[in-house]
Amino acid sequence: MAEVKLIGTLASPFVCRVIWALKIKGIPYEFIEEDLSNKSPLLLKYNPVHKKIPVLLHGEKPVCESMIIVEYIDETWQQNSLLPNDPYERALARFWVKFAEDKGVSVWRMFRAKGEELEKTMKETEEMLQTVEEHGLGEKKFFGGDNIGMADIAFGSVIYWLEVIEEIVGERVVFEAHKFPRLHAWIKNFKQVPIIQEHLPDWDWMVAFGKRRREAVLASA
Amino acid sequence: MANTEQVKLLGFWVSPFVRRVEWALKLKGVDYEYIEEDIFNKTSLLMELNPVHKKVPVLVHGQKAIAESFVILEFIDETWKQCPLMPQDPYERAMTRFWTKFAEEKIFYAAWNALCSLGEEKEKAIKLTVEAIEKIEEELKGKQFFGGESIGYLDIAIGWMSYWLPVWEEVGSMKIVDPLQFPATNSWMNKFLKHPMIKENLPPRDEMIIYFQNRSKELASKPHEWFRTP
Repeated sequence: MAEVKLIGTLASPFVCRVIWALKIKGIPYEFIEEDLSNKSPLLLKYNPVHKKIPVLLHGEKPVCESMIIVEYIDETWQQNSLLPNDPYERALARFWVKFAEDKGVSVWRMFRAKGEELEKTMKETEEMLQTVEEHGLGEKKFFGGDNIGMADIAFGSVIYWLEVIEEIVGERVVFEAHKFPRLHAWIKNFKQVPIIQEHLPDWDWMVAFGKRRREAVLASA
Repeated sequence: MANTEQVKLLGFWVSPFVRRVEWALKLKGVDYEYIEEDIFNKTSLLMELNPVHKKVPVLVHGQKAIAESFVILEFIDETWKQCPLMPQDPYERAMTRFWTKFAEEKIFYAAWNALCSLGEEKEKAIKLTVEAIEKIEEELKGKQFFGGESIGYLDIAIGWMSYWLPVWEEVGSMKIVDPLQFPATNSWMNKFLKHPMIKENLPPRDEMIIYFQNRSKELASKPHEWFRTP
């Protein structure tokens, strides 16, 4: 099998998704740390369209966009499937992956916002959480059923990073347990999955790093 | 394996998202019942079948409802195996998904924003759309269709460009797909429109002009975000 490399940064929720997929499948890979303030020729060569991380390199072939990479990993290495077999169940999983991608942006926006803009992004995040709470999980332990699947990976990074970002921003907490009991139970279970537990960026490190980043972002805005 | 459960499609006559799904169903020869939905006066049926987004298209297969056009396309491709739309190879599939996402975000929404904006914002949106089409032009070099010799998933995903974009260019007095700048894209647009399953399945152009004239005026006068739904 050709060599696998992952270009990324450890603080990125998008890179994390790919790491989780690789670890679940037991695929060895080389991690290439990227300095986003000084993008490498390697990154520019393999993601000329977006110049963003993560980029997966399988042999010489680059794959970009985190959930597209995750799906590529799932189709290339068949063990520990991240999608069910039934087309309708697969469609539901893809629907929620897309939802996480489209609506998860409010969480990233929270990180970069203050004042009125921050309040707006917090409301949008609340709406996103309400929808998932009401329609997403049903009575299942995970989106993937008894085991985590692609939608869990997509949301896992959104919600874990939401928790970190709320800590960093220090305003009112949007993701309250009494408002979102299903989601709270789900993220708790998600973080307890051994592979995830082992590969969740350290909370204290993320908060400290994130606080510095946020200060810099708000100062330059 | 013949799939005999009834297929219904909730749609809106002018929606390019709905047409994508119809093109896929037609190419595969799948019979379906089309149900027109007035998106400005949504029915309880739509709210029930797509409670999360309350949007069309929604595909109903037996008792199952599926929403989001690209999710529906993959469902169709996996359920009805004839005339496969996605390539077989995982890397080619990843590339197909990559360009689908790119085209939707960087061409579709930029062009839509160009149509619904004025002045500097409009100019900026046109510029971004053109830059994005440059990448697609590269992808098409040496190919009849994105799918190779025949229409595939990516052609269906970007097919709206061949018909909706010229309408938007006319309504918005914009020049976006210059045939001299984009010969491959232009050639692809013409070939795509000539395909029997496509040309028989397009909304009437004159009605589209009126619809988008009204819609773009309405949206241009409102305060807006960068991406808004057509």
